[in-house]
Amino acid sequence: MSEAKLQAVFVQALGISPDHRFEDLRYRGLDAWDSVAHMQLVSGLEEAFDIMLETNDVIDLSSYEKSKQILAKYGVRF
Amino acid sequence: MLEGQVALVTGSTRGIGWATAQRLAQQGATVVLNGHSNPGLLEQRVTELSQSSGREMLGLSFDVADDVQVVAAARDIHARYKRLDVLVNNAGILRDAMLGMFSREAVDRVIDVNVKGSLFVLQAAARLMMRAKRGSIVNLSSIIGTRGNPGQAAYAASKAALVGLTLSAAKELAPHGIRVNAIAPGYIDTDMIKHLSADKHRERVAGIGLGRVGTPEDVADVVVFLASEWSRYVTGQVIGVDGGMVI
Repeated sequence: MSEAKLQAVFVQALGISPDHRFEDLRYRGLDAWDSVAHMQLVSGLEEAFDIMLETNDVIDLSSYEKSKQILAKYGVRF
Repeated sequence: MLEGQVALVTGSTRGIGWATAQRLAQQGATVVLNGHSNPGLLEQRVTELSQSSGREMLGLSFDVADDVQVVAAARDIHARYKRLDVLVNNAGILRDAMLGMFSREAVDRVIDVNVKGSLFVLQAAARLMMRAKRGSIVNLSSIIGTRGNPGQAAYAASKAALVGLTLSAAKELAPHGIRVNAIAPGYIDTDMIKHLSADKHRERVAGIGLGRVGTPEDVADVVVFLASEWSRYVTGQVIGVDGGMVI
């Protein structure tokens, strides 16, 4: 459930296909994940999971896998 | 004009901040008031504004210069309202001293509150606003930051920094539907001018084209304009509210 919600946020923020290999996603690893999209991603995660990320976590959000680790700190289970 | 909207005004227990909170509330906004040094006064202001508006207002006591406290405050606003429509970055301090007479501590505190504080609050507020893809941020700069003044180098530097912050943030946040503007008040009747001598006061007023000291409400009305849809196509601007003051 959480995984599907997380993937939906990435699809929406980065404009990628739902079939994308999410585990390969890295900040600036594709053109779509630029600094503007990064803030849309942060906003999307906060909205979807009803949380507010610490500034350091916003900076550390560097990959799809990292996003799961960060969300786990806020009580999101995968 | 602002019915249903939520506005955060930092440093809103006195002066321009308090006048702004009142004006925003009069226009229908729910106002989150902020203070740091006097929790009792903050509580009193919340009660006053709640009673005069007939709506329940919120008071959050936090130091804008502390980024952890700022994020916690943003979290409180999100938990309670799930939205933030307007930020007025008003909290600021004044430390006058001629060049060469500044202590390291005084400079640090001016920069911490006026510059870093505004940055931290803007950063947290923008993230709340991005969710709705709309919002308005108003930074309180000063005529001292755009024109300079003897004995106010640190304050001037901090207020000039807010111009740069406004221009950069406006460009960065425009794609997210968030407008960012600044106001540069002139000589306004607040606690900040109470320490001036009568001679200095007369000299200042003589340099004002409209011939009078500004009121906090003169500034607050422009804040309301920038917060509202009346200014929907205005971003990245620094608006002087100074009565034509020459400095």
